[in-house]
Amino acid sequence: MLFQDVTFWILSVMAIGGALGVVMVPDLFRAALLLIVVFIAVAGFFILLSAEFLAVVQVLIYVGAIAILIIFAVMLTRDVQRGNLPNRLQLPAAVFAALLLAALVTVAVDTKWEFLPADQQARVDLVQTNSVTTLTGGVLTEQGVTSDEDQAEVQEAGLADLLISDYVLPFEAVSVLLLAALIGALVLVRPSSGTGRD
Amino acid sequence: MNCVLGPDNILYDTLLFRVIYDGVGNVLPCWLSYVVAGIAMMMILVNGVLLGAGLFSWVERRLIGRFHNRIGPNRWGPFGSLQPLADLVKLLVKEDLTPRGADRIVFTIVPVAMLAPVVLVMAVVPFAKDTALANLNVGVLYILAVTSITSIAIFMAGWASDNRYAMFGASRGVAVLISYEVPVVMSLLGVVLVAGSMSLNDIISAQTIPFLLVQPLAFFVFFAGTSAELNRTPFDLAEAESEIIAGYHIEYSGVKFALIQAAEFGAVLTSSAVMVTLFLSGWSGPASNYLGWAWFLMKIGVLAFIFSWIRATFPRLRIDQLLAFAWKFLLPLSIINLFATALEVYFLRDGAGNLDTSDLWIMAGINFGVAFACLLVFGTLIKEKVRPAGPVTGATLTPGEAD
Repeated sequence: MLFQDVTFWILSVMAIGGALGVVMVPDLFRAALLLIVVFIAVAGFFILLSAEFLAVVQVLIYVGAIAILIIFAVMLTRDVQRGNLPNRLQLPAAVFAALLLAALVTVAVDTKWEFLPADQQARVDLVQTNSVTTLTGGVLTEQGVTSDEDQAEVQEAGLADLLISDYVLPFEAVSVLLLAALIGALVLVRPSSGTGRD
Repeated sequence: MNCVLGPDNILYDTLLFRVIYDGVGNVLPCWLSYVVAGIAMMMILVNGVLLGAGLFSWVERRLIGRFHNRIGPNRWGPFGSLQPLADLVKLLVKEDLTPRGADRIVFTIVPVAMLAPVVLVMAVVPFAKDTALANLNVGVLYILAVTSITSIAIFMAGWASDNRYAMFGASRGVAVLISYEVPVVMSLLGVVLVAGSMSLNDIISAQTIPFLLVQPLAFFVFFAGTSAELNRTPFDLAEAESEIIAGYHIEYSGVKFALIQAAEFGAVLTSSAVMVTLFLSGWSGPASNYLGWAWFLMKIGVLAFIFSWIRATFPRLRIDQLLAFAWKFLLPLSIINLFATALEVYFLRDGAGNLDTSDLWIMAGINFGVAFACLLVFGTLIKEKVRPAGPVTGATLTPGEAD
């Protein structure tokens, strides 16, 4: 378990250091790159938890798509080197961030992680008891989660089933939201008809 | 033999890893032999990719020489085969320049960030029986995720170089990458549907007949999309020499330039390897238990040859033609392919959700018909669409030439 511990601490330093860098570094472009470091560190955490699917999707979506989007946005910003100067919204932002952090921590600690089938619950319990270490298949087998299929089910099929059964409404709502954002962006950048460009 | 790798370990399927692990495990403690075996595998992988890139750079220059009716590098070694070594030495002794206005840290990370995805892709590709470094159950997604890092690296290069041509090249490169990512992913979904798995090992064992026959349209889209993502002629707008000199790597010299070039040549080989695995049934072939690696290398060679052939044949596309090709041609084709494949799988599969060889042959027949019809229809349509919108100065391609 030594390796998992060491990896966990390395990833934690990467994630927290990167996150601090995103906020502190004045150069916006470097901040965006540090954000990518954070994303990759989070993907590493997923791998430590034997959730390869989530790790891969994390890299695919956050590094491959969202980071590119952010970098494009940075390119459209004035004065990238100095970044954003602080303004009078500092205090409200701090309060809001603190509230958000409190809410997230509360939810994470307070949630009863019991929506999994009973045989897979063993896995979650194990994660919570050995919060730092990784589960190998061996430990899972001891706890009654047997075949490879079962272990794989926890991630991909479970997620997919939930997305198109219980959570189909939020799922569809998100896609409509994205579509609306897309059309909105198009409307904003489109030159008004008749006048032509500029 | 005191160290035994459990069958649950992700590296258990890798025969070579287990051999090294067991061998070293006789002398060293288990955790250390795990590290040693891992590093040994990585050395093999990285050096394999880099050596392959060097060799391919010579092969491609010779080939393009033949296509252009000239000789190509032929001075050092038999048929000039030591030319990559000479190039390497030349690049290593060159001065390593950094522009004054450059963002030094980012500028230095770029060559590594470009080479890393190329090598990482090979980690999941099985190059013979039981030899993939990691048999991930999400192998296809992993490949897509890792290759998406390339666009960040290109952007970093363009931004950090403090050069307008580099920035132009990077913008073009990223525009191409994110456009072509969509049809490439859609075409892979067809393969995943037929194979019923995203693990590359499962996809190979599902190919009782090569998926090139079952998914011809997907192969075409994937091939075209990949050669665009590799920034190769006719899609090399991001580094068009005649327009923006060398695009995003204009300011790179010496070792860094060598690494970027190695990444570009290596990427051709790794994409060929991925295509071989997904569409040409990977290492399988006659006597594949022993000659799997030979089949694998031979198939890669054929695809790499086709890449060079395309590069030597077609003229460069304009940016609007390039993007129209992705959005108006490849994307509809890949959606049609996905739809047709989904229907076929839905109707042909048996109770357990499996497809047998005769089902695959039926799909091959239908899909070839679909592919032919689609290429005919969309090929005619895009000729109408891609014509220049207004007066264009200078030499331009007519769409007929660009096809």
